[in-house]
Amino acid sequence: MNKIVKFSIDGVECLATRGQFVVDAAKENGIYIPTLCNYPGVKPKGGCRICTVKINGKLMTACTSPVSEGMQIENNANEINEIRKAIVELLFVEGNHFCPACEKSGNCELQALAYRFHVMAPRFPFSFPIRKVDASHPKIIKEQNRCVLCKRCIRAIKDYKGRSIFAYSKRGNRVEVGVDSKLGKELTDELAQKAMDICPVGSILVKEKGFYQPIGTRKYDKNPIGSDIENLVVSKP
Amino acid sequence: MGQKITIEPVTRVEGHGKVTIHLDNDGNVEQTRLHIVEFRGFERFVQGRPYWEAPVLVQRLCGICPVSHHLAAAKALDVIVGAGNGNGLTPTGEKMRRLMHYGQFFQSHTLHFFHLASPDLLFGIDADPAIRNIIGVAMEHKELAVQGVMMRKYGQEVIRATAGKKIHGTGAVPGGINKHLTEAEKEYLLNGHDPMNIDKMISWSEGALEFFHDYHKNHKEIIDGFVEFPSSYLSLVRKDGALDIYHGVLRAVDANGKKILHDVDYQDYNKYIDEEVRSWSYMKFPYLKQIGKNDGWYTVGPLARLNTIDFIDTSLAQKEFEKFRAYSNGKPSHRPMHMHWARLIEILHAAEKMKELLNDPDLLKGELVKKGTKKFEGVGLIEAPRGTLFHHYKIDENDQIVMANLIVSTTNNNQPMNNAVNQVATKFLTGQKEITEGMLNAVEVSIRAYDPCLSCATHAIGQMPLEISLYDHKDQLIDKRRS
Repeated sequence: MNKIVKFSIDGVECLATRGQFVVDAAKENGIYIPTLCNYPGVKPKGGCRICTVKINGKLMTACTSPVSEGMQIENNANEINEIRKAIVELLFVEGNHFCPACEKSGNCELQALAYRFHVMAPRFPFSFPIRKVDASHPKIIKEQNRCVLCKRCIRAIKDYKGRSIFAYSKRGNRVEVGVDSKLGKELTDELAQKAMDICPVGSILVKEKGFYQPIGTRKYDKNPIGSDIENLVVSKP
Repeated sequence: MGQKITIEPVTRVEGHGKVTIHLDNDGNVEQTRLHIVEFRGFERFVQGRPYWEAPVLVQRLCGICPVSHHLAAAKALDVIVGAGNGNGLTPTGEKMRRLMHYGQFFQSHTLHFFHLASPDLLFGIDADPAIRNIIGVAMEHKELAVQGVMMRKYGQEVIRATAGKKIHGTGAVPGGINKHLTEAEKEYLLNGHDPMNIDKMISWSEGALEFFHDYHKNHKEIIDGFVEFPSSYLSLVRKDGALDIYHGVLRAVDANGKKILHDVDYQDYNKYIDEEVRSWSYMKFPYLKQIGKNDGWYTVGPLARLNTIDFIDTSLAQKEFEKFRAYSNGKPSHRPMHMHWARLIEILHAAEKMKELLNDPDLLKGELVKKGTKKFEGVGLIEAPRGTLFHHYKIDENDQIVMANLIVSTTNNNQPMNNAVNQVATKFLTGQKEITEGMLNAVEVSIRAYDPCLSCATHAIGQMPLEISLYDHKDQLIDKRRS
């Protein structure tokens, strides 16, 4: 049974349906809580922790926490934004992210979050891991240097039987996401494009179609990530 | 006791370099070398990347004329995606790229003439370095400085309209371009508020040539007499012999203007050109195979282009070209300082070409990309502002680059620049008891005439200075100047 609950985010009174995840409830109330591994329509994972908020004084992930009556949520606070910024910075130094030649630049959520949280210079040492570009699939390239292991592709790209076409391989700090060796042939052109679109970074690239979108028309060229939710359009010069 | 002079860094050039000059016991110049002391290695780290990334990746070699690398790589990849050998694009694809390239020529040549070279001409080679710079120009010759800045801005705006941003855009894709010109962009560039419109740019380009002619008349000792040495010249030319900086065939002429490379297809460039490595520089020494390592070197760039072509297909630039050619009695000009003259004629040509293209309806509509049967190897050649630029790629069956070879304009000019340094050092330093800053700047002026991009040539990064050192015959450092 649906029931409307009252709760607050940063002192602003909000309404939502009981059981909605905090991140979605905030969105309906015009409040942006940053996300990275979360994707609409895909079961939340709470993996990246970018959506960390304080719920009734406790740090929790907004993408996996259901909203309830009287909940008091802190979102846009210095302490929380510092945590989010640090996570973004750690993701950058953990991989090999060279925005200037990356096709996803301008559409990349990690890059957009870095701009949003004013990541101006590296604070943590780069790890410069040695990772490969897997170009063996006929339709896509899996650029492991840029993968943030968000698992969006694994959770969202399924064949007609509902089986995940992407899968983890290896273990520990060598873990990788790749095309499942048995199901790779099920990746249609449409699914390949969907996988590229759903990837928050430039780790999944459809072959032979790079840089077709002109600068100035890309998702975050004019407005920062989250501005669509906040309805706050701040045009960049 | 002999001496060795080191000029380090060489200033008002793009990239790091140094010059060493060895003097013998009698003060005669024994040996000179222009060393390029930086290394970057783009040819190696582009390996393994998806081929369509190359035009965006390799343009990071340079912040001055990245469009050249962007387009040379795109042209090589046109071959790979089956869009012909540089002439198979849709009209929109080719014309948008050409507009981008002319915009870049305009801004890059302007940068060189007004910001880098004009201080030497306006204040004199031996003037106080404190005023012999662009700030000095701005203080003493405000109108000229403003024109230089605004002309460069106009060229950058053309690049932004065609590539998405002024530096390091993404316009050219294998097989074409990723955008049309919008009506607003066309209107802005054609009829923008004074001075940002194409007619003003043409008028200022003519004005810059007038300035040069006046200067030339009163300073023949600098423009004509500074230094002169015979060279072969190489450039792209259009099939009918016209100046064409975007596409054509490869032509070389000898010092007398006789063709030694007969309008060949550049896809076969490595049949005709090879590169030699020398231990003291990161920059290779290209040469024409048929002539050999010792004498097969050649010059590229504005002077080379005007020495190899038969005519220019825009009226104002053609008139200037006729004057230029007549001045050398129809033969190639071997005076490096004439490079400035040639550069100004090309600025005018680029402005005229931009006007022609901005009025072309193909830029506003039409198919953007064309592809055909895929290949695994392609060569792209273009005339960069500083000269002929070669990009050569091979890919594998997974679309990854397995080989890249770049012969950058400045690399082609390695031997000519070394020769220029030698001649100027001999002329200005022989038998001198004291080496002055002015004498050493003369050496820099000879290098600067080539507008070298040392960072491109060795694919390097960082500030852009050059140093001169003076050593005795036992290699003891006697004097060093760095600006």
